[in-house]
Amino acid sequence: MKKLINTPAKLVSESLAGLAAAHREIVLNDELNVVYRAGGPRPGKVGVVCGGGSGHEPAHAGFVGMGMLDAAACGEIFTSPVPDQLVEATNRANGGAGVVQIVKNYTGDIMNFEMAREIAQASGDIEIETVVVDDDVAVEDSLYTAGRRGVGLTVIVEKLVGAAAESGMSLREVTQVGRAAVSEGRSVGLALTPVTTPASGKPMFDLEEDKIEFGVGIHGEPGRERRDFAPAAELAEALAGPILADLPFGPGEEVIALVNGMGATPLIELYVMNAELARVLAGRRIEPVRTLVGNYMTSLDMAGVSFTLLRATPQRLALWDAPVVTPSLRWGA
Amino acid sequence: MADAVDVAGIVAWMNGFQRRVHLEVTYLTDLDSAIGDGDHGVNMDRGMAAVVAALGPAVANGSVLTVGAALHMVGMTLVSTVGGAAGPLYGTMFLRMADGLAETVQLDTDGLTDAFARGLEGLRARGRALAGDKTMIDALTPAVDAMRTAATEGATLAPALAAAAQAAEAGRDATAPMLARKGRASYLGERTIGHIDPGSGSMAFLVAAAREAFGA
Repeated sequence: MKKLINTPAKLVSESLAGLAAAHREIVLNDELNVVYRAGGPRPGKVGVVCGGGSGHEPAHAGFVGMGMLDAAACGEIFTSPVPDQLVEATNRANGGAGVVQIVKNYTGDIMNFEMAREIAQASGDIEIETVVVDDDVAVEDSLYTAGRRGVGLTVIVEKLVGAAAESGMSLREVTQVGRAAVSEGRSVGLALTPVTTPASGKPMFDLEEDKIEFGVGIHGEPGRERRDFAPAAELAEALAGPILADLPFGPGEEVIALVNGMGATPLIELYVMNAELARVLAGRRIEPVRTLVGNYMTSLDMAGVSFTLLRATPQRLALWDAPVVTPSLRWGA
Repeated sequence: MADAVDVAGIVAWMNGFQRRVHLEVTYLTDLDSAIGDGDHGVNMDRGMAAVVAALGPAVANGSVLTVGAALHMVGMTLVSTVGGAAGPLYGTMFLRMADGLAETVQLDTDGLTDAFARGLEGLRARGRALAGDKTMIDALTPAVDAMRTAATEGATLAPALAAAAQAAEAGRDATAPMLARKGRASYLGERTIGHIDPGSGSMAFLVAAAREAFGA
């Protein structure tokens, strides 16, 4: 394993130190690995907090800044942050108008956010709402599972919720923006190579040269099934299929699309996949009116791609287009 | 030994649990690698090391004087150091065990049984899981039932905890044929059948450590 690290145990804190050194708009609490906006919360603005395991960079610390997150709590690699970190992030985001927590749907994340909410509310007068993102159609959603995983849609939800809070909406309205987006957005991904965590130094699963892992998660866990490798056009069809089947996107619909790299796939390939996605959508008479292409919700060094589609509404487009100034997403300001 | 649990007993219990977890890190990690994400052993080992480092000195210097304060410290430490799902689950269990015991310096069999029962309720609420979902609850539920039966029959701590430890191990082994319905294991569905749940594995160690600390 060749990695640009010093020691696995310090990877998260050293990486965050580098992020903070590059960006004046954010501040790092280096004892708790919490990143928050410079200047503190704006009085009267709803605070927006996200958190999760590390290894998904730029999510989530790279999305802290004007128009998006007020604070992000960064757990160990692929491990949920603990309540202490989430309480710190929540307090840093609290401008007195309540705080929205954006949580990816994993059992550990759900429980740690829940405990953080109880602790923060017990120790101060603060109203907290939660938006749980569960967009991965590769996972069966039933009473008998922990439900769908939160993946690429989380980035879009962070942007929309952050813009809604910035615009002065109330806690209830901001929360509603997030929950409505979750109900109308879906994702699915595939891996070309397995992920190697720095702590283990070994690939988390074996993948033959002529196979892909379809329906893969973002923590090195195996996907829904192993399939034959194929040209980009076929892989794009395979990814778009289950998303379009799960959401009732009809002809004439407009969508916001995310073509997301898993960390080790170059942009030139992601743009090929976007061209193929556009072709698939055109065939269904669905128009991607906004598209984001790049590595935004990654899985360390895994090669692969995910597609996310969210129904576009006038409100969502306005929130999407609103100014944002964060380390990894910035426009319009 | 006196037939009651005091703060020194809680320290002995936690020291014993920490030693067992540390010895069995690989076993717990192997259980978790089969159906989860393979970090249960390492996470519990880190958390229990922190518990042992905090609790013994706090009792020795007199800042923790009651059973409730000791259990509360265990819970808060686990919440802050374990992470994942096991941190909130074990943390909640100990915090609920501590409820109402802030002034209590000695627990008898009934008192300890009540504390474990509150802990089990806390686990059910936090994990939204029931018996049969293939979780740590499947090891603790029969243990609490066995303690309750023994306590009702007037048993002292030793036989009550012997019965509880045996029931926890049987409960752990009974998770193997179950289909996981909670946590990351649930994504694997049928592929979880035949594997023991890692949380039930560490829970059986916890009850066994109680037998060794209180039941000798």
